[in-house]
Amino acid sequence: MDTSFFVAWMEEIATAVQAQRDHLTQLDAAIGDADHGSNLDRGFGEVRRALADSPPETPGSTLMLAGSTLIRKVGGASGPLYGTAFRQMGKSLGDVPDVSLAELSAALDAALAGVQKLGAAVEGDKTMVDALAPAVRALAQAVQEGVKPEDALSAVAAAAQEGARATIPLQARKGRASYLGSRSAGHEDPGAASTALVLSALRTAGFRTW
Amino acid sequence: MVGIVLISHSSQLAVEVAELAAQIGGRDVPIAAAGGTDDGRLGTSITKVADAIATVDQGDGVILLMDLGSAVLTAKTLLDEHPRPRVFLADAPFVEGAISALVTSGGGADVKAVLTAAEEARHIGKL
Repeated sequence: MDTSFFVAWMEEIATAVQAQRDHLTQLDAAIGDADHGSNLDRGFGEVRRALADSPPETPGSTLMLAGSTLIRKVGGASGPLYGTAFRQMGKSLGDVPDVSLAELSAALDAALAGVQKLGAAVEGDKTMVDALAPAVRALAQAVQEGVKPEDALSAVAAAAQEGARATIPLQARKGRASYLGSRSAGHEDPGAASTALVLSALRTAGFRTW
Repeated sequence: MVGIVLISHSSQLAVEVAELAAQIGGRDVPIAAAGGTDDGRLGTSITKVADAIATVDQGDGVILLMDLGSAVLTAKTLLDEHPRPRVFLADAPFVEGAISALVTSGGGADVKAVLTAAEEARHIGKL
């Protein structure tokens, strides 16, 4: 996976978030402040612009630029959280020009650690961690089993989507929804839903660039 | 003197808490509001926070008070990405913490004492 793959990943995320903007905002209206879709749409639109303005030379610098842009431009909690996730991935990848599945797996692990350090959420708190953590495990397992890259990325997407759906019955313990107590149960967590979109875009980026 | 930065989702909330604290504790203490996004929405701007720190930093340290959510995450991210040895996050109630911090800073305390004063504000009962 080279720089063009990671740029394609960011573009696929921007497209998916734009298409799902109203859905994400509806999820957020139920248990948050109804800005998740518009915040992420604005943020990844800025990422797309930033990558076009100064095309990065490595996968790592692509993710660092995307992360910094999200931190500066989103304004909501998703900015620092996704921004930290991408920057941790970028740091983990370093200057590698062509990323292996094992390196991607280590980078996603670093993203999860960064998100958890910043937000202090664990699995079951009804947050993006509930989609990210199973996806990280799915990729690690795929690397261990030596499956083909496209199958590995499909497993990542499936694990994230399943993790997001599994947040529906949960009561939120972190983030804005935690102020609602038991009223947060019965709704899919918007952060987990957008994380599933972000990770599913890895697979579509693969279709585009391989 | 130790500087104080108020970080809120709301531009007006941050400005008004700064005004309230200054009214009670005096206008000598450097205090700055960093509320809302760059384009005036509810939310947090890392650029506003960084600028506010620069404004109030007289060399004696700065403490940051946050309301909730992205205000906390933005402040943590800024210090993670650009560590500043004399800048501290206060785990404190926003209004009472700001007043305690400002009064303590105005008395000439060091940054650790101002931080402690802000954080202990949560234990002051109202009834």
